[in-house]
Amino acid sequence: MRERLEVVLNGERRALPGPATVAVLLAEIGLDARKVAVERNEEIVPRSAYGATWLASGDALEIVHFIGGG
Amino acid sequence: MDTPILADADDTWTVAGRRFRSRLVVGTGKYKSLEETAAAIEASGAEMVTVAVRRVNLSDPGAPMLQDYVDPKRYTYLPNTAGCHTAKDAVRTLRLAREAGGWSLVKLEVLGPPPHLYPDMAATFEAAEALLRDGFEVMVYCADDPVAAKRLEEMGCAAIMPLGAPIGSGLGLQNPAMLSILIGQARVPVLVDAGVGTASDAAIAMELGCDAVLLNSALAHAGDPVRMARAMRLAVQAGRLAHLAGRMPRRMGADPSSPLTGLIR
Repeated sequence: MRERLEVVLNGERRALPGPATVAVLLAEIGLDARKVAVERNEEIVPRSAYGATWLASGDALEIVHFIGGG
Repeated sequence: MDTPILADADDTWTVAGRRFRSRLVVGTGKYKSLEETAAAIEASGAEMVTVAVRRVNLSDPGAPMLQDYVDPKRYTYLPNTAGCHTAKDAVRTLRLAREAGGWSLVKLEVLGPPPHLYPDMAATFEAAEALLRDGFEVMVYCADDPVAAKRLEEMGCAAIMPLGAPIGSGLGLQNPAMLSILIGQARVPVLVDAGVGTASDAAIAMELGCDAVLLNSALAHAGDPVRMARAMRLAVQAGRLAHLAGRMPRRMGADPSSPLTGLIR
């Protein structure tokens, strides 16, 4: 049986059905990778590395984008 | 309606190697809708807009995004650190912004506590140092303190942005004398950032000789944001032209404008 992953995504616990890269996670959520930035355990994940960055249980992820601000 | 361009077309200003014709920089927050945001920014004539960096709403990933309404190819996005009260948070936020946008020109603001949200200069220095070391081009919100402003400039900040009054207060320029001193000594662009309430405030800032004005609430909280955006566009141009023209000297007594000769008796 494949190991389930549990990560903290934007401050909330989230179970993932199996091993996943950042690219897979973004696609599953339905986000356009070109419009967001991702931080994993307080380190930036470069956009070019989304497909090669595998998530591990316990990872803390932040997915952000630009919104209106002054 | 087209707003006439009154200012000289070749009167531009440059920050971090980018040249701008518009001297009005506007925020993208607090509007009723993204449609209104886009319309007001269009009417303002701004070429640079500030934006915030926030968590994506994962429960609604398909929600329209700012980029869909305010095209980053048309407007220079200036990511801010609004809501950051420590240097660490500010640096972390802007590293994410750089990855999201792909450029390194940013607005640094590290704020003290409410209700004044006054710039925390000790934390601002700390964050500016870290960002400059990391290759960012930093436009920095700061107190109207000429010593602090000079230090930020000497550290390598790309622009100095003293407040006119507390963020979102609309009180207008509260310390024009100190802003003048700060403008007079600066060798990088100075933008009055925060405190502008209405068109005359923006004109006064430009008359003092600053390079540009940054505002948000004055448009977003106006009765008619699009109309106020037009007013601000004209006010910034009027203030700039008045600054370039050079105002007449002030005098205490009257000096009649009509000749005193040839009067009928």
